[in-house]
Amino acid sequence: MTRAAAVPVVPFPHRHLLGIEGLSADEITLLLDLSDTYVAQNRLADKKRALLSGRTLINLFFESSTRTRTSFELAGKRLGSDVINMQVAHSSIKKGETLLDTALTLNAMHPDVLVVRHPESGAVQLLAQKVECAVINGGDGSHEHPTQALLDALTIRRRLGRLSRITVAICGDLQHSRVARSNIHLLNIMGARVRAVGPPTLVPRVIERLGVEVFHDMAKGLKDVDVVMMLRLQTERMQGNYVPSIREYFRFFGLDYAKLGAAKPDALVMHPGPMNRGVEIDSEVADDFGRSAIQMQVEMGVAVRMAVLDILARNLPSQAGSND
Amino acid sequence: MAVTFKNGGARVAYLNARLLDPESGLDAPGALLTQGGIIADLGPRLFADGVPEGIETVDCAGRCLAPGLVDMRVQLRDPGEEHKETIGTASAAAAAGGVTAMVCLPNTDPVIDDVAAVEFIARRAREVRGAKVFCYAAATRDLNGTELTEMGLLSETGALGFTDGTQAIANARVMQRALLYARTFGALIVQHPEEPVLAEGGAMNAGEVALRLGLSGIPPVAEVIMIERDLRLVEMTGGRYHAAHVSTAEGVAAIRRGKDRGLNVSCDTAPPYFTLDETAVGDYRTFAKVSPPLRAESDRAAVAAGLADGTIDAIASDHSPHDQDSKRLPFAQAEFGVVGLETLLPLSLALYHKGEMTLLDLLARLTVAPARILGLPLGRMKKGAAADLVLFDPDRPWIVDADRFRSKSKNSPFDEWPVQGQVLRTTVAGRTLFAAE
Repeated sequence: MTRAAAVPVVPFPHRHLLGIEGLSADEITLLLDLSDTYVAQNRLADKKRALLSGRTLINLFFESSTRTRTSFELAGKRLGSDVINMQVAHSSIKKGETLLDTALTLNAMHPDVLVVRHPESGAVQLLAQKVECAVINGGDGSHEHPTQALLDALTIRRRLGRLSRITVAICGDLQHSRVARSNIHLLNIMGARVRAVGPPTLVPRVIERLGVEVFHDMAKGLKDVDVVMMLRLQTERMQGNYVPSIREYFRFFGLDYAKLGAAKPDALVMHPGPMNRGVEIDSEVADDFGRSAIQMQVEMGVAVRMAVLDILARNLPSQAGSND
Repeated sequence: MAVTFKNGGARVAYLNARLLDPESGLDAPGALLTQGGIIADLGPRLFADGVPEGIETVDCAGRCLAPGLVDMRVQLRDPGEEHKETIGTASAAAAAGGVTAMVCLPNTDPVIDDVAAVEFIARRAREVRGAKVFCYAAATRDLNGTELTEMGLLSETGALGFTDGTQAIANARVMQRALLYARTFGALIVQHPEEPVLAEGGAMNAGEVALRLGLSGIPPVAEVIMIERDLRLVEMTGGRYHAAHVSTAEGVAAIRRGKDRGLNVSCDTAPPYFTLDETAVGDYRTFAKVSPPLRAESDRAAVAAGLADGTIDAIASDHSPHDQDSKRLPFAQAEFGVVGLETLLPLSLALYHKGEMTLLDLLARLTVAPARILGLPLGRMKKGAAADLVLFDPDRPWIVDADRFRSKSKNSPFDEWPVQGQVLRTTVAGRTLFAAE
C-alpha cells in the first residue's frame, strides 16, 4: 500500500477526533506534517491513493454544510474509500428517531469512519460512545470543529513558517463559535498568543480563562498581530440581539483596510467561510491575493482531512479479519 | 391529614437507641414506645426495668433514632408520567431513604390546580400506604403564570402551599397578587427563584465550564434578581414566601438580608447544591444537569455555610425522576433534574462528618424545620407526636448503586459514590415500611 511520504511515526492513541482539546503538540504536529504530504499529492494529476480501499466513510450531517461535507467527501474518495452523504434534517430528529437510534442504525451498517456535524454541543461525543467505528467531529454546536482548526494551522504554518511565537487575533462572535474554540485550543497548545476581539455581547470576559487576551476595540486588538482570523457572524445574532445592526457591526468590527492597518504589514487574513461580505469582512480585503489566505484554507482543508482519515485508519481494526 | 388506625393499639418498643430530637435538643441513649400511629412515650429511663410482655421490641443497637425526614420538594410524576415514577415507587424510595413525609410539586399531568387533583393525590397515597404524601397546588391555573388558582378551596382540601413548580412565578404583578391573596388563608408561596428571560435557553451555569463546552449558560444573577424582587414584594404584601433550592452565594446572602429585615421568608436547598459544583458536568454528563444548575465552587461553599448558620432553613431532596430517554440526549436537549430521595440523608450527613454542622442541627433541617414551614405537626419526636421515625447509622460507609434504587428512575450523579450514613429502618405511623437487610 502506498503511503504519501516519510512522516515519522508518532503514536496517535485516539480512536476518534472529537476535539482539539486533549491533543498534544506532538500529535498536532504529526497531523500537520502528514497534511503537508497530502497537499503535494493533491496537486498531482493522479490524486488517488488506495489507503482506505474497501473502507466506508459516512458523512452524517444534522446541519447543512457544503464546504466541510465536500471537503470530507473529496478526502475520503482520494484515499480510496466509499463515501456516503447523509443529510438529516434536525427537526425530524427531534420528532422521531433519537440521535442514539440513528447511531445504532448506522453502526449496524459497519461504517469505518463517521464524520458527524450536529447543531448541539456534545452531540458528536455522545454518538461516538455508541458506535464501533472512528468518529470525526465535523462541528458540534458551539463546542469544537477540530479539522477547521487544523486546516487553519496548516495554512498559517505554510505561510508564516511557524505557529509558535506568533500573535493571532480571532475576531467576531467567539461566544457561539466552535471554530474559535478549536483554534484557541490549538494555537495555545502550539505556543501562539491569541487575542479575542469583538463586542462584549459576543466576546464575554470569561473567555480569558481559555487563554486569550480580550479586546473590544479592533484598532487595539489588531495591533501588530501576525494573523487576523475573522469569524462568520450568524444572521440570527444580528437582529438586535447581540449587535444592533449590520451597519453598526461593520463600522466597528468589520475588517477593512483601515482596521487591518494596525496589524503587521504582511499579516495574514483568514476566514473559515462562508463569508458575509460587507458584514464581518470587506470584499476588497477578502479578495486581496497577497493578504487573504481564504482560498488557501479551502485547499488545506482537503489535505488536513486526508491526514486525519489516514491517522485514524491506522487505529482501525484491519480488514483481513485479524484481531489487531 | 387525620389518619385513623383500625388496629389502634399495636405497641412497638425501640430499645437501646440514641434518641435524637432536633426540636427539643434531646440527644441521649434511651428507648421509645409507639402505640398505633403515635409516639406513646420515650426517654432515657423508659423500659429501664425491662419491657412488659406483649410488646414487640426493636433492638436499635445504639444507633440513632430520629423523627422521619420531611422532604418538602419532590416530583412524583404521578399522574401523567408514570413511566418515570409513581406514588408507589416514590413512596418505596422515600422509605428506603428515611423520608416519612414528602410534598410533591403540582407539575403533574394534569396539573394539580384544582380540588379534584389534590384529592386524587391523597387517595392514591392512602391506597399505597407508604410515606405520607402531601402536595403543593399550582399558584396559577395550569401553571400559566397569569391566573391565580382557588387558593382557599385548595388549602381547605390539603394543599400545603402554592407554587408553579419548576418554573418561576415570573410576572411581578401575579406574584404580588399571589402573596396578597394567599394571606387570606395564611398560605405559603413557594418560588423557583430564577429570572426566566436571563435563564432562557441555558443548560448549565454560565461560566468557564459552559464556555469551554460551548453550552448556553444560566447566569447566577438570574437567581438573586428573582429573590430580591420577591423580597420587595413580600415586604409590600406581608405574604409568606419560601425560596426553593437556593444555589448561589448571592441568593443565600439576599435571603439573609431579608431575614435580617424581619421578613417572613424561608428557603431550602438540595444536596447537589452543597455537594457538587459545575465541574460535575464534566464532558456533558446529563445526570448533572439540574435546575437551577450546579454552580461554582464558591457558591457550593456558600450554600453549605448558609445551612450551617441557619439562613437556609431546610434541605429537600428535590427528587426529579427522569427515564433514560429524557437524559441520553445531547446536553442542551436533556431534561433537568436528579433523583434524590434515597441519597438525601447520606449526602446531607457529609456536612456533619466534615464538621460543618452538628448532627442535631443537620437533622433539624431535614425534619422539624421543613415541617414548621409547611405547618405540619411532623418532624418531632415527642409524646403524642406521629410515630414517623428513622433509625440510622450515621457513620456506616456504603457505595451508592443507582441500579438498586426503589425509584423507577435512576438519574443520579451520585451513582457509585462512596457515602457515609445508612438508613436501617423507617417507620411511618407506627408501621415499619423499610428495614435494611
